[in-house]
Amino acid sequence: MSETQYSPSELLICLAARLVEDNAMAFIGTGIPMLAASLAQKLYAPNLIPVFEFGGVGAELEKLPLAVGDMRTFNKALFASSICDIMETAQRGFIEYGFIGGAQIDMYGNLNSTVIGDQGKPKVRLPGSGGANDIGSNCWRTIAIMPHDDRRFVKKIDFVTTPGYLTGPGAREAAGLPAGSGPYRVVTSLGILGFDEQSCRMKLLSVNPGVTVEKVVENTGFELLFADDIGANDPPTGEELRVLREEVDPDKLYR
Amino acid sequence: MTDNVIRVLGKGKRPLIRPPDMADLRACNRDKNKQLVDKIMTEEEAIEAFVKNGDYIGVELYGTVRCPMSLCRALVRSGKKGFDLAGQGVHESDILLAADLVENIDLTYIGMEVYGVSPILRRAVESGKVKQVIEWSNGAITWRFKAAAMGVPFLPTTSMLGSDTFNYSAAVTVEDPFTGNPICLLPALVLDVGLIHVNRADKYGNCQIDGISGFAFEMARASKRLIVSAEEIVEPEVIRAHPQRTVIPWFNVDAVVHAPFGSWPGEMAGAYERDEDHYRMFVKAAKTAEDTASYMRQWVYDLPDHKALLKKIGDDRLDALRVQGQGGVK
Repeated sequence: MSETQYSPSELLICLAARLVEDNAMAFIGTGIPMLAASLAQKLYAPNLIPVFEFGGVGAELEKLPLAVGDMRTFNKALFASSICDIMETAQRGFIEYGFIGGAQIDMYGNLNSTVIGDQGKPKVRLPGSGGANDIGSNCWRTIAIMPHDDRRFVKKIDFVTTPGYLTGPGAREAAGLPAGSGPYRVVTSLGILGFDEQSCRMKLLSVNPGVTVEKVVENTGFELLFADDIGANDPPTGEELRVLREEVDPDKLYR
Repeated sequence: MTDNVIRVLGKGKRPLIRPPDMADLRACNRDKNKQLVDKIMTEEEAIEAFVKNGDYIGVELYGTVRCPMSLCRALVRSGKKGFDLAGQGVHESDILLAADLVENIDLTYIGMEVYGVSPILRRAVESGKVKQVIEWSNGAITWRFKAAAMGVPFLPTTSMLGSDTFNYSAAVTVEDPFTGNPICLLPALVLDVGLIHVNRADKYGNCQIDGISGFAFEMARASKRLIVSAEEIVEPEVIRAHPQRTVIPWFNVDAVVHAPFGSWPGEMAGAYERDEDHYRMFVKAAKTAEDTASYMRQWVYDLPDHKALLKKIGDDRLDALRVQGQGGVK
């Protein structure tokens, strides 16, 4: 691909990388979050502390991990720990960001990665929570990354694997989840969404290059809220694409 | 809050595969031989001696990393069956499911990570072959092992709350008697048999792990019977020189198996990388029941033991997988 052309996943990676704040601890899952964290470390957040659920903390993501437990997750790391310790670190409030994905999401940011259909008689059995429920329960701000269409953005998800704002304002706290935690952003193939402070409902913040607000609405199965001033996301820059292709993923593991 | 009563706020609707029985675990541990005895045996001998039909088994790993694959393949070949399975899995769960050995699963994650959903899990669960799937998060299942390791019947957590992962688990939510907030109680998970692969062990079962330790510490202590396989068997002096590095001490361990490349086709921190070509071939074979069966014949059933597997893979290919240093950067 040329300097200016980019794939849908490259756009997602760049958008997510720009969201990460320097010096924060971020829980990183397999796939796009790993690429985004690595790109962020190289361009925007050199002191980002990647946390991988099986124990790797503070790695330099020189070579891209293929999984959340592989040796690259603790390459030149500061700490090689264990899953209990990492989940407990999130539970006691250290971890600001958690990157997650899912097959379905609703307007309160609840995510499904367990099953399509009934859990006891599934139409499609998906992998299950993994660390997603722990991340969504205990990280301060979760960032979901997913393709955007009306099969994924639905009024009612089949299974709440990972809690978002559950049924709305106050529901997380009422369920016993840590106060002040919850979904923060949803980075999609069409734009970036956030959550309204009062209603906890998903709100369109900005659209991706070439995407209209109407297209986002058409591809969303529930009623969206809109920011007063909907922004336009910049396409990946030449620098982002160069670093992504040459340094982050030269072996094209994720393309 | 009512005095003297802890109020139950909710219960997961799935059954516990085994209710926590700490008295049974204590009795089992009291009877264990604490002497330093040579426990070296083959995969086949260990499975024969310590695994029974219908056991509740757990496999420790992270993804395809440090996974006791030579033990899992021996388990499949042993003909033993009817297991309940706990933990999180990738390749090892797939081969146990493909061999129809699993009745019920305490499931956190079974999939192919970057390669997506496992078609083998889909076939096993969607057909109803697996009777019950009980949902947990990765944190929850490891804390359940931790509770057992602590010798207590449950541990509280703020994971699982408010979700269907809770609703389809066997956890309980109560009003915490100290703060009055809802809190999720995770029942201790005691395994009949745990399978763990480590970097090195002595003949008594003292184990060292390089790099991250996943949930080996907790699962080892939550297992009534524990089979350990190791890349390298070292002299007890090596262990005694760095006792702070012993993650699993001998008295937890029943069998020690020498299994170089024991995690293949998965990887081992500081030793070798994943055999990506082989794993991709498996991912492809997993798509249909026929190709999966053919994979199982070729790479599991038709081989007598781990040595025969290593011979089939060949030294050149194994050597090419070796790495220097824990970071895995060649």
